[in-house]
Amino acid sequence: MHRTGALYGQFKTLEQQKDTATLGMWIFLVTEVMFFGGIMLAYTINRHTYFHAFAMGSNTLSLGLGGFNTVVLLASSFTMAMAVWSSQTSRKSLITLFLSLTILLGFVFFGVKYVEYAQKFHHHLVPGKSFDIFYCVNSPTKCEDIDAADMAKEKEELEVAAKADPDLNAHAQLYYSAYFGMTGLHALHMVIGAGLLFWLLKESVAGKFNAEWNNPVDIVGLYWHFVDIVWIYLFPLLYLIDRHK
Amino acid sequence: MREQATGPAPQLPEKHYLNATYGIRSWLLTTDHKRIALLYLASVTFFFFIGGFFAMMIRLHLLTPSGFLLTPDQYNRMFTMHGVAMVFFFLIPSIPAVMGNFLIPLMIGAKDLAFPKINLLSWYVYVVGGMFTLWAMINGGLDTGWTFYTPLSTVYSNSAVAPAVVGVFITGFSSILTGLNFLVTVHTMRAPGMTWFRLPLFVWAHYATSIVMILGTPVIAITLGLAAMERVFGLGFFNPAMGGDPILFQHLFWFYSHPAVYIMILPAMGVISELIPTFARKRLFGYHFVAAASLAIAVIGFLVWTHHMFLTGQSTYAAVAFSFLTFIVAIPSAIKTFNWTATLFGGSISFDTPMLYAFGFLGLFLVGGLTGLFLGALGVDINIHDTYFVVAHFHYIMVGGAVMGYLGGLHFWWPKITGRKYPEWLARIAAFVLFIGFNFTFFPQFILGIMGMPRRYHTYPPEFQLYNVMSTAGASILAVGYLLPMVYLTWAAFYGEVAGDNPWPATGLEWKTQSPPLTENFEVTPVVTWEAYDFHNRPDLGLDVPAGRGSPVVAPAHGDD
Amino acid sequence: MQSSLPTFPVQASNFAGNVDALFSFILMTTLFFAVLVTVLIIFAAFKFRRRSEKEVGDDVHGNNVLEVGWTLIPTIIAIGMFAWGAAIYVNYRIAPTDTLDIYAVGKQWMWKLQQPNGRKEINELHIPLNRNVKLILGSEDVIHNFYVPAFRVKMDVVPGRYNTMWFRPIKAGKYHFFCSQYCGTNHAVMGGWVTVMEPAEYAAWLSGESGDVNPAAAGERLFTQFACNTCHLANGTGRAPSLNGVYGANVLLADGSTVVADEAYIRESILQPKAKIVAGYQPVMPTFQGLVTEEQILNLTAYIKSLQSQPVPAKGAGIAPSSAGKK
Repeated sequence: MHRTGALYGQFKTLEQQKDTATLGMWIFLVTEVMFFGGIMLAYTINRHTYFHAFAMGSNTLSLGLGGFNTVVLLASSFTMAMAVWSSQTSRKSLITLFLSLTILLGFVFFGVKYVEYAQKFHHHLVPGKSFDIFYCVNSPTKCEDIDAADMAKEKEELEVAAKADPDLNAHAQLYYSAYFGMTGLHALHMVIGAGLLFWLLKESVAGKFNAEWNNPVDIVGLYWHFVDIVWIYLFPLLYLIDRHK
Repeated sequence: MREQATGPAPQLPEKHYLNATYGIRSWLLTTDHKRIALLYLASVTFFFFIGGFFAMMIRLHLLTPSGFLLTPDQYNRMFTMHGVAMVFFFLIPSIPAVMGNFLIPLMIGAKDLAFPKINLLSWYVYVVGGMFTLWAMINGGLDTGWTFYTPLSTVYSNSAVAPAVVGVFITGFSSILTGLNFLVTVHTMRAPGMTWFRLPLFVWAHYATSIVMILGTPVIAITLGLAAMERVFGLGFFNPAMGGDPILFQHLFWFYSHPAVYIMILPAMGVISELIPTFARKRLFGYHFVAAASLAIAVIGFLVWTHHMFLTGQSTYAAVAFSFLTFIVAIPSAIKTFNWTATLFGGSISFDTPMLYAFGFLGLFLVGGLTGLFLGALGVDINIHDTYFVVAHFHYIMVGGAVMGYLGGLHFWWPKITGRKYPEWLARIAAFVLFIGFNFTFFPQFILGIMGMPRRYHTYPPEFQLYNVMSTAGASILAVGYLLPMVYLTWAAFYGEVAGDNPWPATGLEWKTQSPPLTENFEVTPVVTWEAYDFHNRPDLGLDVPAGRGSPVVAPAHGDD
Repeated sequence: MQSSLPTFPVQASNFAGNVDALFSFILMTTLFFAVLVTVLIIFAAFKFRRRSEKEVGDDVHGNNVLEVGWTLIPTIIAIGMFAWGAAIYVNYRIAPTDTLDIYAVGKQWMWKLQQPNGRKEINELHIPLNRNVKLILGSEDVIHNFYVPAFRVKMDVVPGRYNTMWFRPIKAGKYHFFCSQYCGTNHAVMGGWVTVMEPAEYAAWLSGESGDVNPAAAGERLFTQFACNTCHLANGTGRAPSLNGVYGANVLLADGSTVVADEAYIRESILQPKAKIVAGYQPVMPTFQGLVTEEQILNLTAYIKSLQSQPVPAKGAGIAPSSAGKK
């Protein structure tokens, strides 16, 4: 089997191997752009058509949690870049440190996401038979995590939106389908990224990466940054509609 | 093939990629691109027979206007599964996964593709996707049409939509991985001296195809993913009853599925660009133009998808724009056809089986491509959209074009793949049978379309019967034309006459190795100093190169480092 | 006008001639190039066939002039085809303002069509000759498509939106229409006939008369169309007597006399309703003098006759007691 840093049989030089792997990752990221692009297009079209429902959906998301997660991911991209730098400058212990920090930040992101998803489930905002955008304002006691002031605001917003769109619930369900679809797909990619980071961590502890050979760190870095950029798109698209109030 | 003028009959080399290791594990865990190509050959052939079986059922059933063989639901499953099997599991992988995999490293002087393990993974992904879809076919079948239009597929159909869609979704990743592998390989793994403009046009064609694969396939993936979610969880993006839009599905679907047809035809064009120079013993006329045309088809092919939707009630002006682009995308194909034809003039043409397939391709692709112009013209499309005219058009290109290219390539490279020749006269007869059967099957369908027979009909008014019977009769001949090569190519792989390194002879780098090649392709990495298809500067081919019957027209092509 | 190519359906709409002409133009042009290329290939294959085992061809790289030529000329021809096609299409997509509007709803697996006056048809479309007709297309379930080969027109029918298509029939006759967007099990039988009639005939048809329609069925339609059913409720609870079983029975009138409810009585009741008032009822029926034709009266009568076997309500029939149940 091939060991990290070894020259694979089809290549003539390590340089060729490195260039090939890097180009491969870039092309793979292009396919990911097309993949996410499809669902983002569907979302954008529906947001335009059903603005009120989508704005309502967006207002039920927590700006605080979403904003926090954005900072977390940006920080994780920074720590990843530091890990790449550390490998380029042969600072073995720093590679391990920064990779660990990146993984940790990734898990923080998952934690917050879990909290958000659980809340949606609790508030009957998961698409399906029990989806009901009016659930919390109709039964405030069931949604104790929303305080009175926010509840009043939500009720007011719902009334305005329902007047503008008689089919508000059905269209809000479209928003949530997109929400879970896009954030779910993003989370899946982060899980894969975390897996790749664990592998990198193992290899870096074993001392495989240095100035001469750091290609895997570089490439996983590219992937991780891409996943971060997807979130940078998702956050305004999903959380920041109609936040002028 | 040419007889050896002097010397003893060639022997099979002692060591080659087929006998380097033995046992089922050495095949199922191989990373050798040549073995993976053969794994693909077996699986795509399997799906070709599945799709062919469904085709047979369709044509038999349509012998009579009232349809005697199948119930309406059964018939609807036949044409749907015929389309799904043929498009996703045969046509799209066929030439790239079989011939591209086998030949690209050999043609560029590399030991393997850039990512051999990803190559093997792509085959397993294909198999898993195929198994899902096969399971769907057996357990309830699929009756939505291969186009899966919503809300019929997501809400109303009573067939196994979800597993079939999941199967196609999974197989799409096989396509993405193959395209990624090819793109990177061509960029970084070319042998010294193998500049971009010395590459065989087969490689250019696969490069262009790979661009389409990696940009287009992810879009169908997300589209089918959303459709599967809709079907299983009742989401509403494409369901008007929930505020969704069925036309959004069509846009997303065709954004891939139109470029997909270029995934199917560009590799076949690449094969033809190898066959014609080889069998006319003359370099391809307008090499640079043909290479550029391949790229142009790949790019412009992404800009025409709405021509499948001219009559959905969309913006009139958008339709006009897409019709214009549809006519533009035809031009590079025309350029290629003229260049292939011009290559013949002043050549030294032989009529070996691969060349017969090349001629067949030229004639049939001509008809198929030109009939696309009728469909691209908005005023005529109003009449013939969704009629048998469309069916005839795309079968002329897919079968008359892509499958002819596939078979021509199989015959051409069979000696390299197996080390043995196929029986030439039987092969020529089969090629003729196929050509005749094909035309009898599909030409009457143009007439049916003009007469107004819609497609996907399990029963039809009696005035359409004559041409339907003609079409079925042709199909029975076509079937023979397909079965013959399956049989004799298999036979020849074990018992055919030993071919030697370069039986034709042809100019590609793949022919400078033994037949079958070593696992590592080349004992020593070649250094390339000649242009593609340059019969006049290749003394190693053993041909007579006189002063020539005509004078060269333009300054020689320049290399590009 | 019959198109000169025998496989073409008859040209029965304003679009057909132009569409066929463009088709022929494209056919002639593509045939020319196809034949040209084929002949060149066959010629070259013959002239340049290999004469000796080791022969090679000439060393020709290409010819830029030819490349430019065979790029530009097809492009110009292609643009011509495009422009003509676009012109037809734009004309087709933008309907004139003076159209006769008919609603067509597709559902698995039938077509429901409704004329402007409310008259409904199933899998049949009657339209007048030489009049611009616009179909407003809706779907109750999946995507369908309304296609009339003889008119050379079709349009998708998409759930969740309305699509429109227009045409002007120029030749009387009966023409097939088909569903031409796959829509499930019975997609292939979801079709019918378009009947193009002379305007007078169409007008007559529209108001309920038709040679090949069952008079009682026509009468039933008229009964609804003229709103007779709003007063003459079958269960006898309306403002007018139920007509079940009344034909041929003795009717008790307000002045105590009886009269047999025959054709003449029914005709008089429609045209001069105040002549004879049924006992127990008010003289509120409006007259239909000048609103119904003789043929329509005949059809209404046939319909009322067909109600003989319907159950007579205990109260509100208007039939004299001693003759209840008599033919």
